[in-house]
Amino acid sequence: MSRRVRIATTSLAGCFGCHTSFLDMDERLLRLAGQVELDRSPLTDRKQIRHCDIGLIEGGLCNSENIELLRRFRACCTTLVALGACAVNGGIPALRNRYTLEECLREAYLEGAGIENPQIPDDPELPRLLENIHPIHELVTVDYSLPGCPPPADAIWALLQDLIAGREPVPPLELIRYD
Amino acid sequence: MNGPTFTIDGRSVPFTEGQSIIQAAREAGIYIPHLCYHPEFRPHGSCRLCVVEAGGRSVPACSTPAVAGQQVRNRTERLDRMRRTLVELLFVEGNHFCPACPKSGNCKLQAVGYWLRMLDTPFPYLFPRRELDASHHDVLLDRDRCIFCELCVRASREVDRKNLFAIGGKGTRCRLLVNSPDGRLGSSGLSLGDRALQVCPTGALLPRKGAFHVPVGRRLYDGRSIAESDE
Ligand code: SF4
Repeated sequence: MSRRVRIATTSLAGCFGCHTSFLDMDERLLRLAGQVELDRSPLTDRKQIRHCDIGLIEGGLCNSENIELLRRFRACCTTLVALGACAVNGGIPALRNRYTLEECLREAYLEGAGIENPQIPDDPELPRLLENIHPIHELVTVDYSLPGCPPPADAIWALLQDLIAGREPVPPLELIRYD
Repeated sequence: MNGPTFTIDGRSVPFTEGQSIIQAAREAGIYIPHLCYHPEFRPHGSCRLCVVEAGGRSVPACSTPAVAGQQVRNRTERLDRMRRTLVELLFVEGNHFCPACPKSGNCKLQAVGYWLRMLDTPFPYLFPRRELDASHHDVLLDRDRCIFCELCVRASREVDRKNLFAIGGKGTRCRLLVNSPDGRLGSSGLSLGDRALQVCPTGALLPRKGAFHVPVGRRLYDGRSIAESDE
């Protein structure tokens, strides 16, 4: 085999639960380490992404940085996977879509219970929040989706093994879940 | 076997005169997916998940009588693809936050999605605004999760004899209405034992107590498909 399969991962508007589930592959991670090379990922703390075979996206889109990063991943990854409920359908963060952004900020930073020194953060370095949370397929083409909050480690393992072997991923029925 | 028979996907299925395709299929242990159908109630024919191919046409199995000798096709790629699209549309038209829903694991909408291998959807999510009704002491009405199957409407009218529910509005503006003086559940006379509450396939009408009492792994559809645990 020429080179190991290169994988990048990132978390957009997610909670890192999907990455935690990735780590839940436990001792299989050792086998995976022999098969793949981890590129940009919170697990490597690498900040630049090279061309990758597989990109795993956790989380939906909540701010301008998410958009930039997702486009970058799409441009660099041959196969892009929506990993988990938030990437697939917005997930829990999308609960805020029923309110305006202004209502959310007022509640979180000005009027909510127990707030001291109320002010809405406005540092120019902060990415701009989007009015709504969006699932990632609304911005880029997604090749495969793995639902679940988070998807079970077994499902991530099955997906990666299929992709690494060049098979069309077919998740076992018992590993499909939306919660 | 002396009575009339027809076939579903090549399997011979006996039936009695007047039975619908889905009734005969259930008695033979064949699962035809459905959401608005319930054996206790007259068919509604609105969810279209039970559509099968019979006599060269696509017909709802819940409201089409079985005919002797007919060859019915249930599990075809084409039908399952259309069913998956229908379920995707139900998901994008409502607000189904499965990870935060107490019905998760016991929800028929979810379980049908699993059975059809729905992993995602190409459609944009609509995130509609629907009013939550938390005015009842024992029951929550979360309209986000309602799929307009009208099972509660039928159960409240025909079993509970209270006629508490109706669907109002059209298209994406459809909403479940409560027939009470102020339009709220609290003043409706709904009680925990009402059949209307029990037949809701989703978490739209849900008892407030007992949420998340059954641990993940032991819920109705954990490790068991809806085809195996269909009521
Ligand atoms: S509340 Fe439940 S039973 Fe009533 S129409 Fe909505 S989904 Fe169906």
